[in-house]
Amino acid sequence: MSTTNLRNTIEERSLAVLRPVVIGLLLLVALVPFYYMVVLSFRPLDSLVQDPGRMWVGLSEVDPATYADVLRSVDAGGQGFASFIRNSLLVAGGTVVLSLLVAVPGAYAVSRLDFFGRRQVSALFLTVYFFPSILLAVPLFVFYTRIGLRGSLVGLLIVYLAQVAAVTIYMLRNYFDTIPVSLEEAAAIDGCSRLQVLRRISLPLALPAVASNALFVFMIAWNEFLFALLFLVEDRDSWTVSLGLSQLAGSIEVPTTTLMAGSVILTLPIVVLFFLAERFLVGGLTAGAEKG
Amino acid sequence: MSTSTEPARPARPSRPARPTRRRTPSTRARQDARTGLALISPTFVVVVVVVVLPILWTVSLAFQEVRLLDLRTTGVIGDYTLENFRDVLTSDGFLTALLTTLFYAVGGTGLAILVGLVAALALRRPFRGRGLVRAALLLPYVAPVVAAAFVWSTALNPQYGVVNAWGTGALGWEDPIAFLSSRSDDVSVLGLQLEVPTALLTVIAFEAWRSFPFAFLFLTARLEAVPDTYEEAARIDGATPTQRFRHIVLPQLGPTIAVLCVLRFIWTFNNFDDIYLLTGGGAGTEVVAVRVFNYLTARSDIGAAAAQALVLAAILAVLVTAYLTLFGRREERA
Repeated sequence: MSTTNLRNTIEERSLAVLRPVVIGLLLLVALVPFYYMVVLSFRPLDSLVQDPGRMWVGLSEVDPATYADVLRSVDAGGQGFASFIRNSLLVAGGTVVLSLLVAVPGAYAVSRLDFFGRRQVSALFLTVYFFPSILLAVPLFVFYTRIGLRGSLVGLLIVYLAQVAAVTIYMLRNYFDTIPVSLEEAAAIDGCSRLQVLRRISLPLALPAVASNALFVFMIAWNEFLFALLFLVEDRDSWTVSLGLSQLAGSIEVPTTTLMAGSVILTLPIVVLFFLAERFLVGGLTAGAEKG
Repeated sequence: MSTSTEPARPARPSRPARPTRRRTPSTRARQDARTGLALISPTFVVVVVVVVLPILWTVSLAFQEVRLLDLRTTGVIGDYTLENFRDVLTSDGFLTALLTTLFYAVGGTGLAILVGLVAALALRRPFRGRGLVRAALLLPYVAPVVAAAFVWSTALNPQYGVVNAWGTGALGWEDPIAFLSSRSDDVSVLGLQLEVPTALLTVIAFEAWRSFPFAFLFLTARLEAVPDTYEEAARIDGATPTQRFRHIVLPQLGPTIAVLCVLRFIWTFNNFDDIYLLTGGGAGTEVVAVRVFNYLTARSDIGAAAAQALVLAAILAVLVTAYLTLFGRREERA
């Protein structure tokens, strides 16, 4: 009895010490890379080369020139990230709009309407979600090359639409399931057709879920890399931020500190979105999350 | 949405509506079925056109000898041959890549789940600022992979990276370590000389760093559903914290951990981005996905690319099916 008591005390005491230590370590591991990214983006290149171990930036040294350089157009001697941002916004925004237009009715149908093949369709979407992207990359690369859609943002958008459809339908279906059927029945008795019920009753109620799903889809499309690389790499004017950063990271001419500014620009919108909508997004992350 | 058109084709040829005064349930059900098909068909069409048909075409391509230049003349029906598969399976590069992929997937999955579990347990009890800490721990997962990989490769750079600067300075390493370009290094641990695959371990560490938040999130959600009463009872009976974890908490987390294993394994097994961005597949880190990409773009050998992608998918399907038949039922019983 006393030995178990002793063991209990020892364990509880060491856990009491260990817990904050572990939390601190985890925070360090998760955050230090991002901190390093920001610090480097403000440090002049020669200071980095002379003193690579320093993890802070002196106030007198702070040099926002990297940001100006990375955003300026290529013609003006910069790296053209401003146009990459525009492309990323177009693709990610377009994916959000299209996926909502297409998948909201689909999710409603899967949740509420009993049609022939409903379960098979759900299973199909889920399977698609787990399919290796690289397997899909081969035929799409070939197909897009053939019909000349390579280098076009529209082509990319269509692929993203197919990729996020499963997540969207899954997330929204679960939400539609929680809306009481009685509300819809009441509207139906008042003479609403199914589509009117969807538009006037269910959709307004599902707005929070639709909004968080939109953010989620935006994040997936903004972060995507493989298909952007496959389709857009030959045409610098249509690069997304991810692609631009990865392509320039390999070149010797662009200073690392400048590209760190590019990394901050790529990461910042996602971090801001994430903290704004964290509570909603966490549910979405567990529901499906991006591939990766 | 309000301007939906009639479905292209109803599920079954609908009989002409009988002249009834009341709406019978079956009429309404039939209407619902038609609306349902109409509403799902746009998504269905997109998925079939952009995912299902292309994959079927990959299968066809894998059995043909196709290079990008021949594409105009290649159709679905061509000279089918098993040559691609024979070439692919007999080249040593492929088997090595397959083993690398397996090692990478197992290591990345295991490490991510382990760290995620530790994080979930450490953050189990409420404290001030826990919400913020949780959100912060999710950052590696939501951040764009390109930015994350770039920061890592900068930090690990032998010339100007912070890790080597500290390693050679404060930790007394003799030479900077080329984390991302060294195939293997000798490490002495407690007098033992070990040869470790440096670059491969680095990309595994990166994968674990990026995906532990996913495991953390799942396990946290599950932990919140574990009732306190069992643990309370065990505590009164004198069970120590580790005993309570082993005998009460862990069994409840078992199914969640199993699901995580499958999900993370699938995604890590197929992973392309991380390795392509960190090492480009060099220094012993060439996984099958990167190899497929190289065959597709650098070599324009589409048949071989398709064949390798198919082998990858097939192996994955076999592994997941095997896992589900072995462990899936046991969990249902538990």
